[in-house]
Amino acid sequence: MSGHTDMVLVDENGMRIDGRTADQHRPFKVEAGVLNNADGSAYVEIGKNKVLAAVYGPRECHPRHLQNPTKAIVQCKYNMQAFSVSDRKRPGPDRRSIEISKIISEALEKVVLTELYPRASIDVYIEILQANAGTRCAGLTAASVALADAGIPMRDIVPALAAGKADGHVLLDLNKEEDNYGQADVPIAIIPSTDEIVLLQMDGNMTREEFDHGIEMAVAGCHELYELQKDALKRRYSKKAEEESE
Amino acid sequence: MNYIRESDKMEKRNARQTREIVVPGDILDGTGMRPGENAYVLDGKVRACVMGVRNVFQNTVGVIPLRGCYMPTSGDTVIGVIEDIGPSNWLVDISAPYPAPLHVSEVPWKVEFGDTSRYLTLGDVVLLKVLAVDESKKISVTMKDSGLRKIEGGRLVKVSHSKVSRVIGKSGSMISMLKNMTDCRITVGQNGLIWVDGDDENADVAVDAIKMIEEQAQSSNLTDRIKEFIESKIPQDEEYDDEGDE
Repeated sequence: MSGHTDMVLVDENGMRIDGRTADQHRPFKVEAGVLNNADGSAYVEIGKNKVLAAVYGPRECHPRHLQNPTKAIVQCKYNMQAFSVSDRKRPGPDRRSIEISKIISEALEKVVLTELYPRASIDVYIEILQANAGTRCAGLTAASVALADAGIPMRDIVPALAAGKADGHVLLDLNKEEDNYGQADVPIAIIPSTDEIVLLQMDGNMTREEFDHGIEMAVAGCHELYELQKDALKRRYSKKAEEESE
Repeated sequence: MNYIRESDKMEKRNARQTREIVVPGDILDGTGMRPGENAYVLDGKVRACVMGVRNVFQNTVGVIPLRGCYMPTSGDTVIGVIEDIGPSNWLVDISAPYPAPLHVSEVPWKVEFGDTSRYLTLGDVVLLKVLAVDESKKISVTMKDSGLRKIEGGRLVKVSHSKVSRVIGKSGSMISMLKNMTDCRITVGQNGLIWVDGDDENADVAVDAIKMIEEQAQSSNLTDRIKEFIESKIPQDEEYDDEGDE
């Protein structure tokens, strides 16, 4: 959105620079239970994005003043590794990562049955190992798998995916170039069982029609991602059972 | 002790033919069954809210969790570690999300105000009973019951609390076999802490066997395999008594 380029992001055949069509997402990879010391964990790749998520808890909430006597709170920490982008990212929390942590916490709080654990805190750590546009979606996708892997009661698993606009075309799941030189980026996250939206942001400009079309594509993409999330969790246990029956 | 409740669950589990692994949001039933444990209703369909194994019991359908933290319920026998000392109470870590205060009036000794550390100090291991857990998850525990005491000697093994019922086995079959074959004193806390006391060599085998049960909890015929495992480590002189009971 920031820069300008002479690059053709969408060619005359509707093909994007990485060979995708407008409504095609990047390849997904989801794996659950990758860390031994976390209560739950997940690893997600969306194209060139590589994300690790770890969940601890429910546990006692510190600092004390954040405790809620009626429900648990979800505390999320989104962190980009210094080596995750091509120019080194200065380590530590910044305006952007604080914002992302907040919106991801709020999205997860909508699905976790927080009222079961009053005064407790559920801690989610998201580490971006490699970034290529759409890390907040990949982070949320990984975090919700990690939560389910930790055995935390939740209504559903949350998939997240972005829609956007580049070169005047409405596109699904923008990559780095389309995000940087495009006109809009709309990340969304949904609860698949009800199609409720738990995260929605928009950076850039789109008409109402373009926006509706983008949401439609992103919701469809989320449902595809959701199947992979479920599969990753189930695979974790069926694989174990297979090994044992040998 | 309170093996009965756990073993009832085991029987239900064994009665089921297929092991269907579900994840949060999965539809358990849409034909009017009632939601059981870890299930909720949305649009007339029963859905799972934790990752686990689908469990049908009479007219209810629920989920037996595969992972998750220990939530105390009144009557549970648990093993805890003293983590803080106050003038009139101790704080005990029973591996629940909340601390469990043990008041001086709930110990079998007459303790003067401020003299708590003479009886139990940091790191001491105690066998406790959960008296009550209230709405806001405030836990009260007691040491005033038969068999409850400070634990000295022996070793502690930690298993996931969801595997406790597997360690105990159907109506205590697994645990009594372990006790008889290894000649160890074993106490299982509902919170997943297990205390093993006996000869060094025998206790090693018992600990290994417990670890093996935790790892292979999903597989069938586990009791037989554990029996084989212990036999290979400790030659049994007399015929193992299958009805052995505490």
